[in-house]
Parts: sequence; structure tokens; C-alpha cells
Amino acid sequence: MSSNSANSYWKSNLKIVASLLLVWFIASFGAGILFVDALDSIRFAGFKLGFWMAQQGSILVFVVLILVYIRLMDKLDARYAIDNAEETTARSNISQSQKEVNQ
Amino acid sequence: MNVQTWTYLFVFLSFSLYIGIAIWSRASSTKEFYVADGGVPPLANGMATAADWMSAASFISMAGLISFLGRDGTFYLMGWTGGYVLLALLLAPYLRKFGKFTVPDFIGDRYYSQSARLIAVFCAIVISFVYVCGQMQGAGIVFSRFLEVRIETGVLIGMAIVFFYAVLGGMKGITYTQVAQYCVLIFAFTVPAVFISLMMTGQPIPQIGFGSELTEAYGGGYLLDRLDGMSEALGFATYTEGQRSTQDVFFITAALMFGTAGLPHVIIRFFTVPNVRDARRSAGYALVFIAILYTTAPAVAAFAKTNLINTVSNAEYTAMPEWFKKWETTKLITFDDKNGDGRIQYVGDPSVNELDVNRDIMVLANPEIAELPDWVIALVVAGALAAALSTAAGLLLVISTSVAHDMMKRSFMPDISDKKELLYARLAIFIAVLVAGYFGMYPPAYVAQVVAFAFGLAAASFFPAIVLGIFWKRMNKEGAIAGMIAGFGFTAAYIIYFRFLNPSIDNAENWLLGISPEGIGTLGTLINTCVAIAVARLTPSPPNEVTEIVERIRLPGE
Repeated sequence: MSSNSANSYWKSNLKIVASLLLVWFIASFGAGILFVDALDSIRFAGFKLGFWMAQQGSILVFVVLILVYIRLMDKLDARYAIDNAEETTARSNISQSQKEVNQ
Repeated sequence: MNVQTWTYLFVFLSFSLYIGIAIWSRASSTKEFYVADGGVPPLANGMATAADWMSAASFISMAGLISFLGRDGTFYLMGWTGGYVLLALLLAPYLRKFGKFTVPDFIGDRYYSQSARLIAVFCAIVISFVYVCGQMQGAGIVFSRFLEVRIETGVLIGMAIVFFYAVLGGMKGITYTQVAQYCVLIFAFTVPAVFISLMMTGQPIPQIGFGSELTEAYGGGYLLDRLDGMSEALGFATYTEGQRSTQDVFFITAALMFGTAGLPHVIIRFFTVPNVRDARRSAGYALVFIAILYTTAPAVAAFAKTNLINTVSNAEYTAMPEWFKKWETTKLITFDDKNGDGRIQYVGDPSVNELDVNRDIMVLANPEIAELPDWVIALVVAGALAAALSTAAGLLLVISTSVAHDMMKRSFMPDISDKKELLYARLAIFIAVLVAGYFGMYPPAYVAQVVAFAFGLAAASFFPAIVLGIFWKRMNKEGAIAGMIAGFGFTAAYIIYFRFLNPSIDNAENWLLGISPEGIGTLGTLINTCVAIAVARLTPSPPNEVTEIVERIRLPGE
């Protein structure tokens, strides 16, 4: 992999991580703590929404976030033809790109 | 068969299973001993991580704590699960790609410095020791209550079992016993929850029963509404409303999240899978397995609290069931008939209240309070032991690798052979088991409190050093060392000041910004980060080889 594509891989990676962490923050600190009282005015079944987000919903969101992350990263790896099983090729690719940088 | 016989049977069966696995998976090299040869499938690693992570505190204490904290108990729930998102997105894949054995390995290599490595070793050992003593103590309590042996004997049995499979199998043995322990503990936690949910709401799934209506026998109406109503009527806080200040809940949640992501015995598990993709996958599996217990726990908390109030409130003391008397003899339930009417006044006003229930017994007593069959009660005992022992083993391994690998091999005796290093690793586990066992039997009064603080310390020392090391190439050794010392020092000082030196002023009025010692790790993390960045800016860039390490770990595919 060239250092250019290594750079753009890293940028896409950062974008994925940042957007998922935004959802992470909103679901937990937002819905479960900062705005919990406001959300409590909405009810479903025997739950107040804020209370449910704090004790159940946020955890479910966390699980979904990691599953989405796994999917997105697999796709990103495929786009950059990164094969996780092949140890040697990846390593030689990196040292290749290192040489290019040095030159 | 009575409870006692069932308990012996389950404990015997589960322990034989663990020992059988240990014999089958002996370790013969340091790589097998430290990281199970890097060949653990992600599903198995997910289960092992979940068991490693869910300690005696998660299994025994958490639901009980929540049932007394009400909505505020959410900081345990979100804090101890949300940290996995950080772990999966910010740490696990990169540390796996880095491909060494321990957290101090990463800190030492990334920050090209023996001092940084030794500081990391120090933090890892302190955090793990504090934590492992709590596990041993948990195992001791369970043994003494249910097998009716002395606490010392209970701890001794626990020590012998952990010692056997940790010394023999190292990470390999620990991993596969943890897989078995996960199955035991999750079964033991969910079965009574399903029973109780069915009994009280007619819903087999506790997460749904939590928001359902009670059956006629329990008076009807939504469970949570009824619990709110009963709490208010007795002068307790409303269950579904918060008591602590928003900023305190915010800081405690964040400290537990950062701490989870910085705990060395959890991070080390991601070194055991074959590649980066599997590291991501096993973080996903781990959180799914953990979420099963963590979404059940708040339901158990609400059921247990409702049941407890129904059973004891204004009831005749002499008519109390057998479990009440049994827990009274352990002093975990105390009754003081202040007005002498022979009835139990269980109310919010401390001058009238006559009943004191220890938070730790809610999960253990829950099946008895709900009058579930004897074998379910015995199952809970086996589950609690699985939770305590699996976490203890993971922590002991961190201590052993820190001593044998980070201190001996990487710092003081770089020339020792693989065989010798393995011997030191086993010796270190042996000594660590003895010390942990000693503190389990004769716990210093503050052990239980200190366990919660292990998170604050992990958050304030490791988390920023690792994340900055991956995401900021410019981060150098001066910054990392200054940051770790500032973060760890500040957090430890704040906790010691309020909890041990001046417990009388340990309240919201005196706290800095209204943050309790449990939540101060968040501020410690911020201080660590700011100090690290400022110092790094004023000192030279890291050498080229180090920048290359960072570039390498950012790309998967090795």
C-alpha cells in the first residue's frame, strides 16, 4: 500500500470512529444523563423513556455501534484490499511504502 | 435434595470442569502462557473477555447497588458497558496490530523509554492487586454463607483452584476456563431472573417484564409505578428519579468508561486473537455477552426491591422466612425493634427505620426471597464463584506478565531464556495468589472501596497514554510520562484525601466541582491529557522509528 492510500485509509478510519463516538455520546451522556428528565415525560409500556435509555437503551445502542463498526471497517479493509489473514504480503507492502517514502 | 447438597453438587461439577480444561490446555512457551499463542477464535475470546470482565462485583453486588440507587445506578450500567465502545474503536485493533504481550510493552516501545515502561508496570500491578483482593473476598463470602465453612477456608479453596489452572495453563488455560465460566455465570444469573419475571409479571424475558404490569397476586399495575409508589409511601427516594447531581453522575459514568478501556486485564485479552479483524469481532462478541447480564441486572434490581418491600414491610418479625434468619447470622441483615411492636418498620427515615439490608446480598438472597427451587439457589452460588474466579485469574496473569515479562525480560534481565522467563511467570503467579489470598482472608477495611477506585486510576494513567500514542504521532516520551504521573497522582491524592484522611468532609459541599471520589478519575484523565499535550509540545519530537511504529499499527493486515 502506498503512503497516499495509507493516509486516506487512516482518514476514512477516523471519520468512522468519530461519527460512531458522536452517537455513543448522545445515547449515553445525552439521553441517559443530561436530558434524562426531559425524556422522562415520554412514556411507553411501564417505562419512562429517559429512565429506559439510562438503564437499557444506551446498552443496546452500544452493542449496535460495535456491530456497525465491525461492518464498516470490514468494508473499508476490502476497499483497500487489506487481507487480515495474509501476514507476509501486508508486511512487505508496508516496508515497500516505507522505502518509497525514504526515496 | 436440599440447598446444601445441590450447592455442593454444582460447585463440585463446575470446579471439575475448570480443572479438566486446565489439564487439557497446558502452556509450554511464553507466547502460550502470555497470549495463548495468539490463536484464540474471536467468539471464544468474546466469552473469555466477558467472564474476565464481569467480576464478583458485577455478579453479586451490582444489581443490589442499583436496587438501592434507583435511576442513579445507571452509572454502573452505562459506565461498565460504554467503555467497550471506546475499547473497540480506540484501542483494541491497534494494540492487536502492535502485536506484543502487555500494556507496559506498548507504553515502553511507543515511548522509547524504560522509565515509561516501569511506570506502566507499577500502575498495572497496583490496579490489578487492588482488584484481585476484592475477588478473593467475594469468593470467601459466597463459600462461607452457602457451604457454611469459615471465610478463611473458602478463600483457601478459591486460591487452590485459581492457582492450579493459572499456573499450569497461563493465558491458554485461563482463556478456555473463562469460556466455561462465562456459560456458568450467565446461566446462573439469567435463570433466577426469568423465574422471578414470570412469577411477578407473567413475562419470561426480564428486560420486558421490567416494563410490564404485575400479576394480580402482586397487586397489578406497572412494576416501576408500583415501586415508585411504595418507595414514596415509605419515605424512600422515588426509584425512577435521580438523587445525585447531574454532573456527578456524568463524571462517575465517564470515569468508569475510561477505566474499563484502560484496565490491563481487559486490554490484554485482545492480544490473544489471530489478527486485527478478529480483535474487532471479539470486542463485539464481548459486549453482546456482557450486555446480556447488564440489561438483566436493572430488571433484577427492580424485582428484588419490590419483593423485599412486599416481604418485610410492616410484617411480623417472628413470621420472617428462613433466609431472613440465615442472613441475620452473617450480620448482612440487621433488625432492631425500636418501637417494640414486633413488626418490621422498613422506612426512609433513619430514626424510625428498623431494618438494615446489605446491598451485596440482594442477588444472592433474591432466589430465596422469591422462593425459587433449591437448585436455582445453588446455581447462583456456582455462578458467583465463576465470576469471582475468572476475574481473579485474569488479574493474576497481568501481575505475572508484568513481573516476568516487563520487569525481568524487558528491563532487568534481557538475556534470560524462554524457559527461564516461563518459570519466573509461574513463580510470580504463585506469589501473587498467596498475597491475594492473604488479603482475601484478612481484608483491610477499605478493600471494597478501593476496588471502585481501580477504575479511576486506570482511567487517569493508561487511557490517555495509549490513545494519544495511537492517534497523535507527535506524542513523545516526556509528555506521556508527565501525563501519567500527573493523572495517577492527582486521582490517587483526591481519593486518599477524601476517603482515608478526611472521611468526615467527604460530601458534595467539599468536593471539587461537586465531583465525588468515584468520579474524579474523569478529571484525572483530562489532566493527564492536557499535561501530556503541553509537555509534548515543549519537548522534541519522537524519533523516526517510533513514528514508523505508529504508522504501522494504524493499518491492519498483518
